[in-house]
Amino acid sequence: MRQILKITGILAFICLVCSCREETVVFPSEETKVDSVTATAEYAGVYVLNEGNMGSNKSTLDYFNFETGSYKRNIYAEINPTVPKELGDVGNDLEIYGNKLYAVINCSNKIEVMDARTARRLGQIDIPNCRYIRFDKQYAYITSYAGPVEINPEYTQKGYVVKVDTATLQIVARCIVGFQPEELLIASGKIYVANSGGYMGAGNSDNYERTVSVIDLNTFQEEKRIDVDYNLHHIKTDKRGDLWVSSRGDYKGHPSRLFFLDRNQQKITDTIDVAAGNYCIVGDSLYACSVEWSYVTYHNEITYSIINTQTHKIVTRNFITDGTDSQIEIPYGIFVHPHTKDIYITDAGDYISPGMLYCFDRTGKKKWSFQTGDIPAHIALLPKNK
Amino acid sequence: MMRPNLPDYRTAILVITCHLALAGFSQSKLDSIQHIHEIIVVANQQKEVIPSQKLTGEELKSLNSFSVADAIRYFSGVQIKDYGGIGGLKTVDIRSMGTNHMGVFYDGIQLGNAQNGQIDLGKFSLDNIEEISLYNGQKSEVFQAAKDFGSSGTIYLRSRKPHFEPGKHDHVKAVFRTGSFDLVNPSILWEHKLNDRISTSFNMESVYSSGKYQFRYKRILPNHQVAYDTTSTRQNGDIHSFRTEAGISGTIDRGQWNTKFYFYDSNRGIPGAIVNNIWKRSQRQWDRNLFTQFSWQKAVTQKYELMFNLKYANDFMRYLNPDTTLMHIDNSFRQQEVYASMANKYTIQKNWDVNLSTDFQWNTLHSDMAGFVRPTRLTTLIAAATAISWQRVKVQGSVLATLINEGVATGNTDTVSAAPNRQEVSPALFISYKPFEKYNLSLRTFYKNIFRMPTFNDLYYTDIGNIALKPEYTHQYNLGLYYSKNYDKGFINSWQFQADAYYNEVTNKIVAVPKGNGMYRWMMMNLGYVEIRGIDLSASGVFEPVKKVFANIKISYTHQKAQDFSKRKSEALQSITYGGQIPYIPWNNGSAIVGLTYKNWRVNYSFIYVGERYHNSANIPENYEQPWYTHDLSFTRTLHQKQWNGKISVEINNLLSQDYEVVLNYPMPKRNYKIALSVEI
Repeated sequence: MRQILKITGILAFICLVCSCREETVVFPSEETKVDSVTATAEYAGVYVLNEGNMGSNKSTLDYFNFETGSYKRNIYAEINPTVPKELGDVGNDLEIYGNKLYAVINCSNKIEVMDARTARRLGQIDIPNCRYIRFDKQYAYITSYAGPVEINPEYTQKGYVVKVDTATLQIVARCIVGFQPEELLIASGKIYVANSGGYMGAGNSDNYERTVSVIDLNTFQEEKRIDVDYNLHHIKTDKRGDLWVSSRGDYKGHPSRLFFLDRNQQKITDTIDVAAGNYCIVGDSLYACSVEWSYVTYHNEITYSIINTQTHKIVTRNFITDGTDSQIEIPYGIFVHPHTKDIYITDAGDYISPGMLYCFDRTGKKKWSFQTGDIPAHIALLPKNK
Repeated sequence: MMRPNLPDYRTAILVITCHLALAGFSQSKLDSIQHIHEIIVVANQQKEVIPSQKLTGEELKSLNSFSVADAIRYFSGVQIKDYGGIGGLKTVDIRSMGTNHMGVFYDGIQLGNAQNGQIDLGKFSLDNIEEISLYNGQKSEVFQAAKDFGSSGTIYLRSRKPHFEPGKHDHVKAVFRTGSFDLVNPSILWEHKLNDRISTSFNMESVYSSGKYQFRYKRILPNHQVAYDTTSTRQNGDIHSFRTEAGISGTIDRGQWNTKFYFYDSNRGIPGAIVNNIWKRSQRQWDRNLFTQFSWQKAVTQKYELMFNLKYANDFMRYLNPDTTLMHIDNSFRQQEVYASMANKYTIQKNWDVNLSTDFQWNTLHSDMAGFVRPTRLTTLIAAATAISWQRVKVQGSVLATLINEGVATGNTDTVSAAPNRQEVSPALFISYKPFEKYNLSLRTFYKNIFRMPTFNDLYYTDIGNIALKPEYTHQYNLGLYYSKNYDKGFINSWQFQADAYYNEVTNKIVAVPKGNGMYRWMMMNLGYVEIRGIDLSASGVFEPVKKVFANIKISYTHQKAQDFSKRKSEALQSITYGGQIPYIPWNNGSAIVGLTYKNWRVNYSFIYVGERYHNSANIPENYEQPWYTHDLSFTRTLHQKQWNGKISVEINNLLSQDYEVVLNYPMPKRNYKIALSVEI
């Protein structure tokens, strides 16, 4: 009998000792600083949205303060500790409009709306499979893959653009466009939507979408389609109002390319022979970075190019001049400061662990770099408080 | 009393005593005629240079384990990746080398999955399993098929063999389990003795569970105030499955044969990762697995023993994503495997055996997925092994030659290329030494070099596969000791202790790397390199603390450092991941099982501890995973009547209702219960 009590006592003790699991604390932010700081009169800093690998729920928000030179990683959870499961899964776009910061969180089916100064949460807009967001007057326009489904003859699903009132965060109207719409652009009373057809081309590249949808802003109806190339992704405007559209290619024989859409003729009048993964237009320059897999070399071929938007000439295929490009694994996001012409490039790394944010000056020399979250991708410029 | 002093006799005593202690004490009256179960002394056990870790008989049954995956957690050196719930995927990893390096054998023949190399051990219920053994390196036994030499670590599942009491020709057992997650799990077993030489066995089981359970996410602020505390219910984790097995086995003059048929059919929901704003998912998976295998073995002459194995397997899997907010996926995959093997053992001298085995295996995969090719693989394995025992040293050496022939037929795409053919030679050496005649202490060491072929998914999966992939290699070095002792009197009956220190390298590790622009485009590459250093300890003992009360205690503990030394292009990023502990491998983990038996009662307490780990090689705070531990308790009462025997057991799992995750964003159940009733005639 005594032995049984002894054994039970030992077991109970082990039980007690092992109840030492701690409760999980909300993720704190981490801060690093850089010495040389270029503060400007107009802008306070940039937010960086990290996408996070699908299913990991690791989309995070970072902030770089121009004034103090401090880079704060993962600020959302600390500022909004009561939100269950933090920011969400796969951030896809980040924009500042008025006083609000909008983060499109694709695999959490929502757009997180925050105060632009403090990143404090104001609310969310629930939109399934949302992709990109742009604004005009008091409305936000968001593309989504999840439109109406058709089963005959094969399963297909169109995408749509949703119109949301930014004051109430309520959905006002929907306009159906092509298959799997990606980025959109609002210019001259029209919404231009780049359709990718990304769900459809795996077996046969001809099944990719090829068109840009044009929606009239007043009627919010799709007016026409403009044929470009397979698997469209980005669409941006230069200072003359012409449009630049990129295609991701078909990942096999058909390469990624950049296309010039003349705003008067409303069709493609030029193709630039350079791959364009992501790009940013400032002044007369289009800065692009791209990664393309080569089945010949079994490596990623990477370019950092600048294209003159007036002459359409490729000014350089590698604007990084100090050799730092040999250190960048997967250039993913690109942003150019409108005044200083500093070039910010994010390195997505191996997609499952932290990436880097690099800043290069206008001559292509590295100024500083910071460790970010997983898959740093989207950068939004925060104007100073007036 | 005369003390026998021949080593063989003492080993046999140990084996028999263990079987008695573990299996035989559910008898009612110890003072009446003892009824001891038939003891099958397996002669091969004594030939193993390095004994395995084993879970068998009553000890296995009284673990609160539903599937093989749950039971394997109690071995040292093992990591389970558990996605939660009864139907959730569960894969095993031995000594951090990766689940694709593991071989799982069912009744002596390997279970295959050429498509993704994963065996979901959650699919194998313990209902019909009699023994689970785990071998590091390989089973150090020469007389085995070439396949048995071909993995970095192996798990053997042995199904129940018919045992008949004298005069009985039939044995029927019916079991019914129910409990949390709306579980309904009946099963029935019928064993029939045709004649003195041949017996048959037939087993059917069905599992239904809604898979619903509560889970909780709680975070606190640095000042310990609650930040958020949400409880929800796991949805879409239901499982309906049906399994049937039939077997005929027989003995022949100096040999035995058996044949088995196995069929498994399931329909399950995939609960998926819980992320912000998404608390429920709707993906579904159907599996239909069938295999039939035949094994024949005979000692043809005094010196020559022969073994044949044959197997055919057919596996179907369908994955459906009906969620209209995501890409619609409805893909079916069908695999077929044909396997034939012959092993020849020749005893040159009393202490010297040689074995030559040849295996052929043919695998093929069909799918309706867009862009999928149809790969076919023909594998030829030739193994030569020798076992020498001289005085107190036992040595086994083996060499495995693997020849792989790949072919591909156009599936649903126009670009067709097969991976190149491969030839590999893989040696292994096992030595054990017993320094003292008197004491049952043995030192052992082994070296093994083996590889795993890239799976069909690694090579050919639409857009991700890479036919230039090379195999992944493992090099294992192990040094350890084993000590056991048994006693004639006193409250300790017997105990044993094993300790192993090991160093493993995984080279050419196949990892997914990003390629090209665009969302989540990956390519499989041989980029990884992992070094693993660890210590495995395990001990077990049988005690009689009080008269008529028996206690079986089993403890295991592993300490390991498994580091990612993969080189990267970016020095800055490499400094974040280089040398980091690889995903989900804890530095420390252990388990304990305590079973107390008294007459017809049995109480079992088991404990599992998995220490802190990171879910990524970047060991930073965002990737930190808390340690978790669970306490399980079970009570069993057996009943003995003249015509039938019965058993009732009640289990409580995760006694302290801990909220934990094994895999990031896949919450595990809180406290849950199970009741099982069984009747045997």
